[in-house]
Amino acid sequence: MSATETDTAVKSTPTRDTWNVLRRELKPVIRDPFTLIFSLVQPLVFLGLFAPLLVGSSGRPVGETLQWFVPGVLVMIVLFGTGAVGSNLQYEMMTGSHERTLVAPLSRSSLLVGRALKEIAPIVVQALIIVLIAWPFGFTIHAPGLVIGLALLAVFGIGLGSLSYSLALATKDREWLFWGVQQTLIFPLLILSGMLLPLDEGPGWMRAVAVVNPINWVVQAERMLFAGDLGSVTVLWGWVAALALAAVGLWVGIRSMRRSS
Amino acid sequence: MTSEPIIEAHSLTKRFTVKKKTVEAVTDLTFQVERGALVAFLGPNGAGKSTSLRMLTTLMPPTSGTARVVGHDILKQPAAVRSSIGYVGQLTSGSFAQRVRDELLSQGAFYGMSAAASRTRADELIESLDLAPFATRSVQQLSGGQKRRLDIALGLMHAPPLLFLDEPSTGLDPQSRANLWQHILDLRTEHGTTVFLTTHYLEEADRYAERVMVMDKGRVIADDTATRLKSHLAGDLLTLSFATTADADAAIAVVQTLTDREVARDGQASVTLTAPDGDALLPAAVRALDAAGLRVDRATGVPPTLDDVFLALTGRTLREAGEGEPSDEHQDENTQPAAAAEKTGVQR
Ligand SMILES: Nc1ncnc2c1ncn2[C@@H]1O[C@H](COP(=O)(O)OP(=O)(O)OP(=O)(O)O)[C@@H](O)[C@H]1O
Ligand SMILES: [Mg+2]
Repeated sequence: MSATETDTAVKSTPTRDTWNVLRRELKPVIRDPFTLIFSLVQPLVFLGLFAPLLVGSSGRPVGETLQWFVPGVLVMIVLFGTGAVGSNLQYEMMTGSHERTLVAPLSRSSLLVGRALKEIAPIVVQALIIVLIAWPFGFTIHAPGLVIGLALLAVFGIGLGSLSYSLALATKDREWLFWGVQQTLIFPLLILSGMLLPLDEGPGWMRAVAVVNPINWVVQAERMLFAGDLGSVTVLWGWVAALALAAVGLWVGIRSMRRSS
Repeated sequence: MTSEPIIEAHSLTKRFTVKKKTVEAVTDLTFQVERGALVAFLGPNGAGKSTSLRMLTTLMPPTSGTARVVGHDILKQPAAVRSSIGYVGQLTSGSFAQRVRDELLSQGAFYGMSAAASRTRADELIESLDLAPFATRSVQQLSGGQKRRLDIALGLMHAPPLLFLDEPSTGLDPQSRANLWQHILDLRTEHGTTVFLTTHYLEEADRYAERVMVMDKGRVIADDTATRLKSHLAGDLLTLSFATTADADAAIAVVQTLTDREVARDGQASVTLTAPDGDALLPAAVRALDAAGLRVDRATGVPPTLDDVFLALTGRTLREAGEGEPSDEHQDENTQPAAAAEKTGVQR
């Protein structure tokens, strides 16, 4: 008898595995949806304290300021929320459950892609909450722009989340290194995206960096979409930036997961 | 019908480089395991047990050497290996953010079980491993032993032909341990599962394993049945106490006629000897002493521990061997009280 146990062996297919990983990752979110709302405190603080300052300094009406500011806040949620998800994986690597999933008959790519796809859920829920909160203050909602805007945000989040997971896989049990790199990157990226303050007044070098910062492109595209300007070239560039980031993120992430041990 | 061994390891070696120094975690590990066997891997902290298991379960590539597990090469066909094994790691298998039952269902899905089959099996395991009160709690909120029970439940969700368990009983109370073993034995009877586990407890290996491999400093230093290891290398420690030292002195000669092991005076009025098969020797000695008119006040028989076998093999105690391993100290401390608990536990 050949020792190969074809009868008991589990056939692994990337799609089914990804679906199973995604479902598992969504469980804590569904069980405890309030964690999503609690993590909105930071963007709400920005909305509540920063927007009035912008109104004051620009002298424009609240609605108009929000129309400019809210899309940036949405991208910021992704930057801070999804940009940090690698720490969850890092925790699982240290406590042992990552090891368990590595021994399971799951394709390596599914362990990364399933996790990255899960990010769509918190992004969409949190973005909708922010939009609904801004609405009574004069923020205008254009339904098609909102839908496409959320989709763009989700694609951006998949890329950023994958990169965050890759960072966790690369830094292994060195939490300080993960956070060190993450914080070092996130704040310059935040400021150089024109998310909180317009960069038009900034020095030339800042504007030059912003041009190559994909997050800047996403922010600009989101502003166009939320203004209902769907056909703008800026929107196209936003998609190019987000898709490129997602492609790079997934590629790097899957590679890191394959090497994970 | 002959079948190829379920595990065949050839010169598996793993070296780590830590701060420019090379750590020989596993050196030249060569062995075979037959289908259906229950093998226990014993050794002190840092011996290389987990590293060996990690290589065999495809978690980490060996520095050199090869192995076939369930007929597949660990390096060339890792996916095929993974689909035919189960593994309970030394750390916590459940994700801290997940709920207990959710993790079990996810595990079932990972191993290709249908939703219905996963539910049935999960509820069965929740029931039998006493996890029911915590089924909807998150893993983070479980005690150490409860987490360990979940780890085991996760490892038992599917019925793989080969199951690896890395210190499954560490941190479990006697009741849970008996439970764990019942599950392992059931798996073997129902599915003919081959079980390969690591432990620090010789009693456990003794009671259940057909074969014990002792590892030290990355090398296998003994590979035999528990009974033979104990009788060749250590033995039960028998102590007989008397009312007077004169009785004790007289007793030495009487007991010596029953065994070829050395009988010695110990302390004030007692004699001790270390002998295999002490369980049978002890009543025989008491009867012989009675017949000789020497009244035994107290008689104890302590089965050998891993420490004794290890001492005989290496001339070091486990505690000494474990030095330089700052973490995991508690595991050594566990050995003694747990051994006592195991003896008194009501088990089959
Ligand atoms: N990832 C690693 N990097 C560097 N050294 C390691 C690594 N993993 C294990 N080692 C070293 O390899 C040796 C064997 O470790 P291993 O974990 O296999 O021991 P063990 O027998 O399982 O011990 P324990 O009973 O404490 O679980 C130890 O000296 C350990 O410090
Ligand atoms: Mg270990």
